[in-house]
Amino acid sequence: MDTKLKKLYNKIKKNGLTPEQERKIVLELYDDATHDVPGEGLVAAKTGDERLIPASKNIYTYNDLFDLQAISALQSTHNTSLRSIDELLDRDKQREKDGFPRKINVGRLIKAGKGGKDKVVVVPSTVEEKFIHDTSLQAEEEQPYGGSGDGEEGEVIGEQPIRAPDDQSGTGPGQGEGGQHEMESNAYDLGKILTEQFELPNLKDKGKKRSLTRYTYDMTDKHRGFGQLLDKKATLRKIVETNIHLGNLTDISDIDLTRFLVSPRDLVYRILSREKDYESQAMVFFVRDYSGSMAGKSTVLVVAQHVLIYSWLLYQYAMQVETRFILHDTEATEVPDFYTYYNSKVAGGTQVSSAYRLVNEIVEKENLVRDYNIYIFHGTDGDDWDTNGKESIPQLKQMLTYANRVGVTIAEHAHEKTNNSEVEKYLKKSGLLEEKKNLLRMDVMQEDADEARLIEGIKHLISE
Amino acid sequence: MELIDQHTKKIMEGCKERARKAGLRFEEESLEYIVTNRDLLELTPKLMIPTLYDYWVHDVEVLKEKGRYELYPSNPYETVINTRPAISFYNDNNPDWMNVMIFYHVLAHIDFFQNNLYFRHTWDYDFTGQALSDKRMVSKLRSEKGRWVDYVIEFARGIDNLVGYHEELSRRTRQPKTNRSKMLDFYFDVFLQSEKKVKINEYVKEIKRYNQCVHESKELGEKTFFAEVFKKYPEFDAIFKKSLEDRSHQKLDLIQFILEHSQFLKKEENNWMKPIIEVVRKTSLFFQPQIRTKIMNEGWASYWHERLFLQDDRIKGHEVDFARTHAGVTSMPRVGLNPYALGMRLFQSIEDLADKGKYSIEFRRLLDAKKRQDFDADTQQGKEFIFKIRENLNDFIFINTFVDQDFINHYKLFVVGRRLNQARGVLEYYVKSRKAEDYRKMLLDKLYHPPYINIDHSKASNGSIYLVHHFEGKPLVKEFISNTMLGIEYLCGAPVQLETSEVVQVEASKPQLSIPGLTMPLHQESKEKEIKWQRVRYTMKNRRLSKEVISA
Repeated sequence: MDTKLKKLYNKIKKNGLTPEQERKIVLELYDDATHDVPGEGLVAAKTGDERLIPASKNIYTYNDLFDLQAISALQSTHNTSLRSIDELLDRDKQREKDGFPRKINVGRLIKAGKGGKDKVVVVPSTVEEKFIHDTSLQAEEEQPYGGSGDGEEGEVIGEQPIRAPDDQSGTGPGQGEGGQHEMESNAYDLGKILTEQFELPNLKDKGKKRSLTRYTYDMTDKHRGFGQLLDKKATLRKIVETNIHLGNLTDISDIDLTRFLVSPRDLVYRILSREKDYESQAMVFFVRDYSGSMAGKSTVLVVAQHVLIYSWLLYQYAMQVETRFILHDTEATEVPDFYTYYNSKVAGGTQVSSAYRLVNEIVEKENLVRDYNIYIFHGTDGDDWDTNGKESIPQLKQMLTYANRVGVTIAEHAHEKTNNSEVEKYLKKSGLLEEKKNLLRMDVMQEDADEARLIEGIKHLISE
Repeated sequence: MELIDQHTKKIMEGCKERARKAGLRFEEESLEYIVTNRDLLELTPKLMIPTLYDYWVHDVEVLKEKGRYELYPSNPYETVINTRPAISFYNDNNPDWMNVMIFYHVLAHIDFFQNNLYFRHTWDYDFTGQALSDKRMVSKLRSEKGRWVDYVIEFARGIDNLVGYHEELSRRTRQPKTNRSKMLDFYFDVFLQSEKKVKINEYVKEIKRYNQCVHESKELGEKTFFAEVFKKYPEFDAIFKKSLEDRSHQKLDLIQFILEHSQFLKKEENNWMKPIIEVVRKTSLFFQPQIRTKIMNEGWASYWHERLFLQDDRIKGHEVDFARTHAGVTSMPRVGLNPYALGMRLFQSIEDLADKGKYSIEFRRLLDAKKRQDFDADTQQGKEFIFKIRENLNDFIFINTFVDQDFINHYKLFVVGRRLNQARGVLEYYVKSRKAEDYRKMLLDKLYHPPYINIDHSKASNGSIYLVHHFEGKPLVKEFISNTMLGIEYLCGAPVQLETSEVVQVEASKPQLSIPGLTMPLHQESKEKEIKWQRVRYTMKNRRLSKEVISA
């Protein structure tokens, strides 16, 4: 265990804790998970060999098409998937009207490439529900596989780096690689769906460097040879010019139009051009609690919401909004891309103030206030070792002096009492939610909330 | 989709000839199609049946969660489908030698489809033809009823894994009924014995009386006999009729029961739903044997494509190409299960043993290891024996019977265990057991096995349905229960109850508070957590789900 953490714990303890608070803290303190970004699948150990394939392939996944004829796996294209998302959402709405629960999840996953090449993976997922056996109970232990070859009983034949401490390998944010049946689509697909509903609030004029509006298209650019609309005046002028050069127009008083030559290059057209209206620019901070208590659904939820916000920003503001990613447990750290942000695993204790402090530091050091509209989205399960917000609240107050909006999402654990998390309590107590209603928003939801609830949440966080 | 060219078809016909000579039996006609990626995009959601009914879940790419093969009794990537004539699909740039290998593989599959008794109920009709007319029916209804058609499909599919496949098979293979009347059978077999528990001499007396009645008058004998019975036991008639009703209940699976007894479906305006539900049930029944014979079917096909390819005189010179491809498909993975590899080796070893006459009492009596090994009665009955197996067995019996210690030893098989090595931060895979017993258990655990759920009529009231899940050590997937029951309620028009077993919610294990001055946390003893089960009853009424605990 980390001695630093231990010290911190002792310090907090001295200040007095309720048993409930202590319980939560201890739980995280003795959780020895780490925050690594999951690597690729199974690797053969030195003692083993490369025939060690992922054992997840069961007897029913073998099939003649792939294994015998090597006909490759199929992925539908972006276009088809985009169309179906719209249809699916309509269908889902209709379901609700008909009195049946919604069945489709959209945008639950992101597959972000490293080095800024972010791609949001839209996975409209639905599952056909039936009575089937739940095998997960066994999976938690060591579900046996078949094997063949040499080796004494008990001999280790290969090893695999751990993906998640409690074997949550599989799909989902904060947990590692996704499944194989995803279809890829870029961020715009998801953003397009969301964009009608959102807009960044409180945008102010600051350091007009970048455009923040959507592009408008106008017939303003000229183009020679082809285009959408013939610019007759300009074309005529061009023709005249050409013929002057050719010597077909010697006498201005006596113009013989029949001798004019019209070259294709003389035709001047108007074509659509992308115009942007220069406006203020924005910097969005995504802050995520990745402490040990975030394991499971609360992380999925927080990250799913951030995916939605992120892809909406990508779409609506066409990458014009700058994004920063901050993860925190008891200490905060900035990560370079959404990929790391998305995939880092949960572990460690919780101190919200550390993250707020880091944001404040970054803003101050880079003097962002002058040029940027600053937005901060923070996702947490509401746990905080700093139980009264003694450190968080001052940092938050400082943040509110410059931020255009701070949105805090609390994904409550199902097994806890509602509206009882530390963060929620001290935020409410501080009175900031009322005082700075325009700048600070909080959204509390149960950790099993669905897509619709997430989007509601975003609306609340960014509404004017 | 287009048919393969004449040149390739000729190769296929040559393969058929050779396969027949080797003993495979299949119908004369078959259809082979070239498929492109685009075709597959449309075919795979429809389980390779080009004429399957449309359903929106088919149209969109769906995230099928890993390990959820239990949801579907079929493989979406089948190369050959069990229709009349059998249809198979090919890549358009396979070289000839490869097509020969695949053709043999396909022919063995067709042979399996058309001879294995678990496919008995698919023999008498062409599924694609049936599916086409169903598809038209569904789309016609959809144009009238719109999205409600899809709801009905959805809800029916929600219970299509509970179809009475084995009942269907047993119905087909049952002995023809005796000439005697049901009433007579019931009177002697059930009523006198179980209901009245009469003494033997009384029973014999009744038989004598019956024989006498029949002797006196052939036509009216039974009537006069029963006239006496009705007098003696006035309640007999009622009991008999009730038994008839019960019996008709027992034979029905959940879908059939709903079709027959749902008040909702009986309404005039809902009558159109019935054929749709029928279609879903039929489709599910059609695929049931496929997933229950995966290892045998692939093993059989691999066994034959190897054997027949090597004997084929037309493609000399491609032995190395073949060996590479063949090994890729049928080599035993270091970790994992390959149905091709396992099935093929089983068939080969069984044939070998049968050739030596080792499936005999004589051999079983031998105890001496050396003698057992050297035993060879040279009966040469191997081929006959494996053909019998392909006709009569399914995966479960196949594995349970033939995966024995000799087989495990010969192919160096073992059960792989997985454990966490915390010091190194890795999961270790290790050889857990080389015992046949363990290996067999591992295999059997992996086989498709839908939950066993049936209807308890004694607990139902007022047209509601009472389902009982017979617990086999695995609970049901909890988050699916609600919507599945919602669907059943919709189709029934009456409340639905489900009795099942669940894990007792354990209090979230309390972390141990550290004792002051102690820096190390007290680790909880990592003893095997004992799972406690309890019986619970879910009730779906007016689209609301509630749950109660029945007993611990």
